Amino acid sequence: MTYVVRRAEPTQPTLFEKVPAIWWAIALLLIAMPLFASNFVLFQIFGWTFILGMIALSLMFLAGYGGMVSLIQMTVGAMAGYMVAILGTSGVPTISLGWPWWLYIPVAILMAAIFGTLVGALAVRTEGIYTIMITLAIASAFFYFTRQNYGLFNGYTGFNRVIPPELFGIDWRQATPFYYLTLTCAALSYFTVVYVSRSPFGLALQGVRDNPRRMGALGFSVTAHRILAYTFSSVIAAVGGILLVWQNSQVSPGTAGIPQVIDILVIAVVGGIKRPIGPFIGALIYVLLRVYSPDVLLAFGLSGERFKLVIGLGFLIIVFFSPDGVLGLWEKYKARRAAQTDPLRGGRS
Amino acid sequence: MQSFYKRHPVWSIILLFLIAGFVWLIATPWSPGLEQVLGRKRIFLNAVLSGITLGALYFLVASGFTLIFGLMRNVNLAHGSLYLLGGYIGYEVANVTGYWLLAFPVVFVLVGALGLVLQHQVFRRMEGEELRQTLVTIGISVVLADIMLWIWGGQSYQVLSPDWLSGPMTLPLVTALRSNGDPVYLTYPQVRIVILVAAIIIGIAMWLVLNRSRLGMLIRAGVDDREMLAASGVRIQYVFLAVFAFGAGMAGMAGIVGGTFQSLTPGEDTRFLLASLVVVIVGGMGSIPGAAIGALIIGLAEQLGLVYAPTYSVVFTFLIMAAVLAFRPQGLLGAGR
Repeated sequence: MTYVVRRAEPTQPTLFEKVPAIWWAIALLLIAMPLFASNFVLFQIFGWTFILGMIALSLMFLAGYGGMVSLIQMTVGAMAGYMVAILGTSGVPTISLGWPWWLYIPVAILMAAIFGTLVGALAVRTEGIYTIMITLAIASAFFYFTRQNYGLFNGYTGFNRVIPPELFGIDWRQATPFYYLTLTCAALSYFTVVYVSRSPFGLALQGVRDNPRRMGALGFSVTAHRILAYTFSSVIAAVGGILLVWQNSQVSPGTAGIPQVIDILVIAVVGGIKRPIGPFIGALIYVLLRVYSPDVLLAFGLSGERFKLVIGLGFLIIVFFSPDGVLGLWEKYKARRAAQTDPLRGGRS
Repeated sequence: MQSFYKRHPVWSIILLFLIAGFVWLIATPWSPGLEQVLGRKRIFLNAVLSGITLGALYFLVASGFTLIFGLMRNVNLAHGSLYLLGGYIGYEVANVTGYWLLAFPVVFVLVGALGLVLQHQVFRRMEGEELRQTLVTIGISVVLADIMLWIWGGQSYQVLSPDWLSGPMTLPLVTALRSNGDPVYLTYPQVRIVILVAAIIIGIAMWLVLNRSRLGMLIRAGVDDREMLAASGVRIQYVFLAVFAFGAGMAGMAGIVGGTFQSLTPGEDTRFLLASLVVVIVGGMGSIPGAAIGALIIGLAEQLGLVYAPTYSVVFTFLIMAAVLAFRPQGLLGAGR
């Protein structure tokens, strides 16, 4: 008699098992948020967090995977916002063309992507800190140009009453729909960035970041990969910019002023520039500080206008102690915990 | 000069013609046909002079920036804040004591001391981490900007120039001919001319120090190869401290100058940071003559642009920068490294 010994099939973990439980909990919490959170929290805090997080995510993609710290992302977002205002409807009917939404949204994203690609083509001629300087210079040129140009960008005032189209009979500027809109866009861009970072293009880009000369010798075009990275990140920044303009219902030169441009860098760095989740954490911290620090400052008897000081000091402290942002701090903490509990390294088990 | 002519004979001749044409435009009275195309000569001359004096101011700000960058590879994005801080302190000093000139040494020492502290306490701890240094300077500029807004508020200040500098002076430049053939000479604010002359003197002095003194030799050696200089026994940290303090002090003094012939408002720090960025990108990183040429080009482009194409004057500056980047990424006088 022969026995057939059946070995247990090596079970492939399902998607549900592969993702740690805490992620599922966060996802559930985010989806269920409108059940218990107030409209202010949904619209102002989380809507804004997701939007800023997306724009900072585009910077994170460039900086973390491409090694290029670009300050142009907010400007690309503002460019998309301006395109939406110019091509769609706004409070300035003399300039706005009033196209339908299915036309002006793709065109706006396309224009912003072209703009970002052109800037990228200029910026990749330089390296490291030069890239920061050049993108900062271009960003401020955009700011001053939009402030002076009245024919197309309507100068200092910009465009007001730029609102999302009423699709499916829903007013997308209501708190709950807007929350879900931004959540969906943020989640989509997050997963796209994760996917692209593991795709052949993303891997080649990381290779270019680590050793451009070797990648060039292997036959990869270093410049093309870098410029393409700018294009891809511009698309994400453009979506974020459009959402930002819809949230504020206006776009003006101040949307991409120099403080705003630098804020995006602050957010990405504070959150952690190595992983795609970092920018969202940074954005949440930034938004919470931005919204609540005036109250806290007032409680301590200081003027509420000093929130910038708080943000600047916080940024300084984080950069000073942990170049990888909050995520870096967390990882340091985990490593120390692991070392402490590891009996081989002198810790108690 | 000689070598430049030998390497680029065609470009030299084109440049020579351009400069000659420019001088001709400035020196001779304009014919009616030319006035029809370019407008009144007085306006043109005023724009050119404003451009040159603005360029002098940009040079004062950018020279410290470019020195710091060239030696320490540190993009000091707080440079604009140092400029504004110097302007505010200078305003207070000039206001309290009543001596405009006294403000310069006081500001130089104070802002220079701040530079010393920054270099010694902050940047030395993260040497070689360029990105982190840059981020820290951004943080410092945000904090400084808000502290200055706290102390001095949002209104604009103007440093008053002393009596012996105020008022116009007549320059030997003909703007037009009267009907009886007498030439009309250009009058221009005296304080701007004095500042221009001072900037030129400072520029020449810096060039002399850099090229003829031992300290300058150390700095140039440091720009070329920091490690080798340190290995040959020079205490490079002291050189770093000196250069950073000097650069910061220059930015502070430029703040007084800027506060005298323009004004001091909270947005000025980023404006001058941007100006120094563009000047340094155009002129070439770490080169003092490059900063001078870049400042002159940017100042002229800005002012001439303001007169002849008001909407697009910013774009001119930007286009110049883009063109330089596209054809000569290391800057006009930057070393090809």
